[in-house]
Amino acid sequence: MAALQILYFAWVRELIGRDDEQVDRPASESTVADLIASLATRGGGYAEALGDPGRLRAALDHRFVPLESPVGKARELAIFPPVTGG
Amino acid sequence: MSRVSIQTEDFDVAEELAALEACGGGGVASFTGIVRGEGGLAALELQHYPAMTLPQVERIVDEATTRWPLLGVRVIHRHGRLQPGDRIVFVGATSRHRTAALESCAFLIDWLKSEAPFWKKEHFTDGRTAWVESRKEDEAKARDWLL
Repeated sequence: MAALQILYFAWVRELIGRDDEQVDRPASESTVADLIASLATRGGGYAEALGDPGRLRAALDHRFVPLESPVGKARELAIFPPVTGG
Repeated sequence: MSRVSIQTEDFDVAEELAALEACGGGGVASFTGIVRGEGGLAALELQHYPAMTLPQVERIVDEATTRWPLLGVRVIHRHGRLQPGDRIVFVGATSRHRTAALESCAFLIDWLKSEAPFWKKEHFTDGRTAWVESRKEDEAKARDWLL
């Protein structure tokens, strides 16, 4: 099955040091929170950016989702801080 | 008529208002957001999620047109690097009567703040930078519209 594209924004992007990357698709029942926790174990900027999921929000295929949502068949996951537009 | 633009360029408020006035309604309400130059701010950088921003803002506009009988809606949101005094965002709505225009305009800007994928980074004159944190009050205002 195709890889999962992950995009990072704002300070999450700065701490991780990349805009996006592809990862092996997790089991479809894995949640966004599970994936964030697994990425955080890479340490360094990943641990700094993703260590406190309470500060994070996510979108699957361009729609905001709660972190408890299963990744399912989504092609794109974005991880970012709460938005501050307007 | 509803139209959304996500762009780096500035916009002409008079032109946007004139287009809304031409929709045949009885009133036009609008909000223009400006970069405040407080606290030694030198520039405001707006990052967004290109693939998501337009569809998401269009969903917000659809929600407004479902809730109020609007004849026209216009949303412009800039991204990139802006200076104090620059326009960031424009929301305009027109309807037969003032209430729908005024309320939908407030709804649109409240939801843009908490439901559109933009992030602001402040650059200060002394070289410091800081990502703007979301405000509880803004999230509460957006939630109020769900009641």
